[in-house]
Amino acid sequence: MPTRIEIDRLRPLLAEGAQLIEVLPAAEYEEQHLPGAVNIPLKRLDAATTASLDRGNPVVVYCWDYL
Amino acid sequence: MPGKSDWLARGLPSEGELASRPTAGSCAHDDVITCRLDEPVGPVLERIDASPYGFALVVSDGGVLLGRLRRSALDGDPQAPAESLMEPGPSTVRADTPAAELAERLRGRELNTAIVSDPEGRLVGVARRRELEHLAG
Repeated sequence: MPTRIEIDRLRPLLAEGAQLIEVLPAAEYEEQHLPGAVNIPLKRLDAATTASLDRGNPVVVYCWDYL
Repeated sequence: MPGKSDWLARGLPSEGELASRPTAGSCAHDDVITCRLDEPVGPVLERIDASPYGFALVVSDGGVLLGRLRRSALDGDPQAPAESLMEPGPSTVRADTPAAELAERLRGRELNTAIVSDPEGRLVGVARRRELEHLAG
């Protein structure tokens, strides 16, 4: 179930093994992204591109102004 | 709204081509004098005189920036509370402002320092123009 979180909650989640997905275009990801994030641009976000994610751990999806 | 912009504006770690460029946050020093709203300005003045800056910053208990006390405004009653003499809500920049951009902005306004704060208004530190210019090449 998707839940919106705040930055303060993100850091402990990452320490617990959460996976970070940046959904911005690849060029923006290449410029700068959160540590450990992988890039799946929103237009390519589907079952195939997310198949390698660990479903046993939280997945945090972010864009420029939303977590 | 939290997201990548908020993360970067806090000066938190990042990766990528721009991650290592100098920014206001990476240049910010935490050696500026701070005081509380109700603190008498006399002792603050003495601390300013021993600091590299001509001002002190007034912060809340949570570190939120409330105002600036310029050295030149503190020659009156030493018992006056900081709140009565401070300039409320001074201009600030976010930690992810590129050093080159900030240096140019300060040069254009003939300022030597910039106050850096996070998106919640908490004081991060003070960036100095000379250092920004040096790092920006």
